[in-house]
Amino acid sequence: MTPQVRSTPELPLVVKMRTRGLSVFYGEKQAVHEVDLEVGVNQVLALIGPSGCGKSTFLRSLNRMNDTVDGVRVLGEVDLDGRPIYGPDVDPVVVRRHVGMVFQRSNPFPKSIFDNVAYGLRIAGMRDKAELALRVEKALRHAALWDEVKDRLFESGLGLSGGQQQRLCIARALAVEPEVLLMDEPASALDPIATARLEDLISELRAELTIVIVTHNMQQAARVSQRTAFFYMGKLVEVGETQRMFTRPKEQATEDYISGRFG
Amino acid sequence: MSDAASSKSSGAARTLDLRRRPRRFERIAEAAIVAVALLSIVSVALILVFVGKEALPVLYSSVVHEEVTPLAMILPREINGHAAYLWQPVSEIPKYNIVPLFLGSLKVTVVALLFAVPTSVAAAVYCAEYASSRMREFLKPAIELMAGVPSVVAGFFALVVLASWIQRAFGTEHRLNAMVAGLGLAFATCPVIFSVSEDALRAVPQSYRTAALALGSTPTQALLRVILPAALPGIGAGVMLGFGRAIGETLIVVLASGNAALVDLNLGHSTRTVTATIAQELGEVVVGSAHYHVLFALGALLFLVTFVVNVITERALHRSRQSLSGSK
Ligand SMILES: Nc1ncnc2c1ncn2[C@@H]1O[C@H](COP(=O)(O)OP(=O)(O)OP(=O)(O)O)[C@@H](O)[C@H]1O
Ligand SMILES: [Mg+2]
Repeated sequence: MTPQVRSTPELPLVVKMRTRGLSVFYGEKQAVHEVDLEVGVNQVLALIGPSGCGKSTFLRSLNRMNDTVDGVRVLGEVDLDGRPIYGPDVDPVVVRRHVGMVFQRSNPFPKSIFDNVAYGLRIAGMRDKAELALRVEKALRHAALWDEVKDRLFESGLGLSGGQQQRLCIARALAVEPEVLLMDEPASALDPIATARLEDLISELRAELTIVIVTHNMQQAARVSQRTAFFYMGKLVEVGETQRMFTRPKEQATEDYISGRFG
Repeated sequence: MSDAASSKSSGAARTLDLRRRPRRFERIAEAAIVAVALLSIVSVALILVFVGKEALPVLYSSVVHEEVTPLAMILPREINGHAAYLWQPVSEIPKYNIVPLFLGSLKVTVVALLFAVPTSVAAAVYCAEYASSRMREFLKPAIELMAGVPSVVAGFFALVVLASWIQRAFGTEHRLNAMVAGLGLAFATCPVIFSVSEDALRAVPQSYRTAALALGSTPTQALLRVILPAALPGIGAGVMLGFGRAIGETLIVVLASGNAALVDLNLGHSTRTVTATIAQELGEVVVGSAHYHVLFALGALLFLVTFVVNVITERALHRSRQSLSGSK
């Protein structure tokens, strides 16, 4: 790490999502402690931190996937474009159509590649065959998978390789054109080549949407993200522009973690 | 053994002993398992051979053909100017038309499945997807316990209670009829279909559920579009088993069907099934007579029907399982 003396002020953020005093409990156990965090539009925000520090829990509260887990309680506020997604009259199903999610283990449905990608559109009520085909192709191109699967769209998605399956899941999430995409360790089951492709893809997707990615790989965080947030024991320790976080962290804990001294 | 031990103890110039070990116990256990498996296969095969041997004379024996030919067993006979399918084995002129019996079996089985499939699958969905874990722990064994109810009890219940209810509700012409027998059968079929379907639903990976919800499905959409389709091969297998149980069940239909070998599609009329016929007549028949061989032919045909249905569905299920998993 080259020490830089240059002291650039951080660029102002155009906020896409914001949490205020966000706490998440599993029964009595608190997994996330009063986190205030902003996600900038058309940016990639990386969440890093040792195992069990609450990254996934925090991520899942950004699209109300925590609601589907038994015994979870969420306190505090989360805004999407300034609107509270935990408001009393908010439908979590609608929130999830705007904030998509990709999981650690690729989980395509046991359906054809086409049906996988078309799933979100169909449940949202799209019937028109031509339009569906168009949107499916667009999503698959977006996910850099089109060329590999265009001749086998009607074969099962489970017949693809691990990396292809993960890109299929990304295509499936992109098809409904979400504004934010949450990714929980999307590359942890992939080989280095598939990982590199995925990282390229993330960098390209940023032009059109906002991404929050959990990763255990510091290099990956450095490569793909503009901002990085470091979590420790359920608390947000430090957040800032990735370059600064990796070169001049303000907190000792951040520096220790990034330099591999613990976690 | 002894030199392996000594080479270990000698320590100094230790060479690896990679020779095959005898493993006598393994081999005995393996042989015993194979023997037991063979025994059960052989005994099933022997039953088949026996039934086949007693059924085949229908095709060639002159003793049988004096009373009935294979064709006469399925074609109607002319009586007073109109065609009739008659099963009257004990009469001046014995009549052995098997159409009413198979129609009877079909009627009660269809009624049983029409009732049992939707209710059991719905119960399985509730249990696997909606019930709290405590509710489920109570419900599942409770329903499965139904499978342990002796069929004579189920048949008795159908005969005494169900028959009255149905007559009051539908005003059926005959008190004991295909509907009563079918619903009595459903009693035996439901637990089978429920149990297998519930297992199939619970075997659907949690990740499908999560993915469906994360894409903005309502819980119902996730169920109907992802979870049920993924569990369908398993549910199909459950229905298969239920079909076999229903068409093969004897005592319930003996008690509740009214046992009249009529040819019509009215579910409110009495009916007579293949199994009930065999059970009631085989005990009194003269060994080697035409009637005797025809009863065995009925058994063989029933076996054939279930076997063919099994093979066809198994094929279909296999294919859908493969297309789901993406292997070719
Ligand atoms: N469903 C659950 N029920 C109860 N506790 C949970 C549940 N899920 C997570 N936890 C707990 O909440 C804390 C945070 O878990 P979380 O999965 O968010 O961590 P993480 O940072 O994503 O870890 P990892 O890097 O290993 O994925 C942990 O202590 C974990 O044991
Ligand atoms: Mg995690």
